[in-house]
Amino acid sequence: MMNYIWGGIMLISIVCAVFTGRVEAVSQAALDGAKSAVDLLITMLGMMCLWTGLMNIAEQGGVTSMLAKILSPLLKRIFPEYAKDCKTMHAICSNVTANFLGLGNAATPLGLEAMRRMEENNPNKGVANNSMVMFVVLNTASIQLIPTFISVLRKSYGSASPLDILPCIWLSSIFGLFIGILTAKLLEGREKHG
Amino acid sequence: MDKIGNYIIPAVIFIIIIFGFIKKVPVFDAFLSGAKQGLKATYMMAGALIGLITAVSMLKASGALDLITNSLMPVAQSLGFPAEILPMAIMRPISGSGSTALLNQILKDHGPDSTVGMMASVISGSSETTFYAIAVYYGSAGVKKIRHTIPAALLADFASAVMAVLSVKLFFGG
Repeated sequence: MMNYIWGGIMLISIVCAVFTGRVEAVSQAALDGAKSAVDLLITMLGMMCLWTGLMNIAEQGGVTSMLAKILSPLLKRIFPEYAKDCKTMHAICSNVTANFLGLGNAATPLGLEAMRRMEENNPNKGVANNSMVMFVVLNTASIQLIPTFISVLRKSYGSASPLDILPCIWLSSIFGLFIGILTAKLLEGREKHG
Repeated sequence: MDKIGNYIIPAVIFIIIIFGFIKKVPVFDAFLSGAKQGLKATYMMAGALIGLITAVSMLKASGALDLITNSLMPVAQSLGFPAEILPMAIMRPISGSGSTALLNQILKDHGPDSTVGMMASVISGSSETTFYAIAVYYGSAGVKKIRHTIPAALLADFASAVMAVLSVKLFFGG
């Protein structure tokens, strides 16, 4: 997929440049683009490391398991098929909290473990059950306490206060997740025996 | 809004360090190993970001990006979206670095504190690379039939994009 998108963007740019007579601008953009990408990465690097470092302190202090405990009653209602399966629920809760804290590196392996466990106890192998669909939908939405990457990116472009948009991000992601869960719940009944 | 924003970062740092001391975490050692992960994550995405930011810069310079934006204008207007953010919103579920490159271009052209810049930032911050997550999670569990996952996930992305535009209009005017 990305092969076609990336290649396509390059080819379209060059063809378009030939027709609109902007070949010089495009050749300049190719050189400047690569340079500005590196500038951006360097600007962001410090802030990213500061944040992942701080979050690791919280992580080692056990903040993930504390939050997971708080969230588990709610998550048991979303995943009724696995509510009694402690190990699976634990993986699900940890994944959701790690995502919430923006610990992407920790969240993915936990999520994969949760998926493997769900598939193990799945009567219909190879076919996603309702909980698995719900779990993936939960992971495609992004509920994050502080969306670090966006804040850092805005800061590197000189935003006066990059965290201003936090309430908007929370509202949008929660609304998106709500719609996602609702849609999944609505569609699952119809396909129950499919 | 301004004042609260200024307090978030110091407050978070304060809470984390106090929490670390209470829990007897070797705070600086923990910081170092976490920072290393940040370094690794940035290093991992460097190649994709360089490739895609270059591609998007070329797309912009050739005039093709404006052409695409203009052709999306009718769709954007019917949704109440500024046309500039539509290519990014479409790219968001497909490719993380692709949408970052487009967001980068928007922030460069309009500024991070413009209405368009804020809307694009909110869309980017409030959703995930949906197709990537679907591929990774189902792929690793060996699940072939994913039933209603895609409609639910994409509708969620669409809903959060609509809310992103609405909430920026509501909170910041524009």
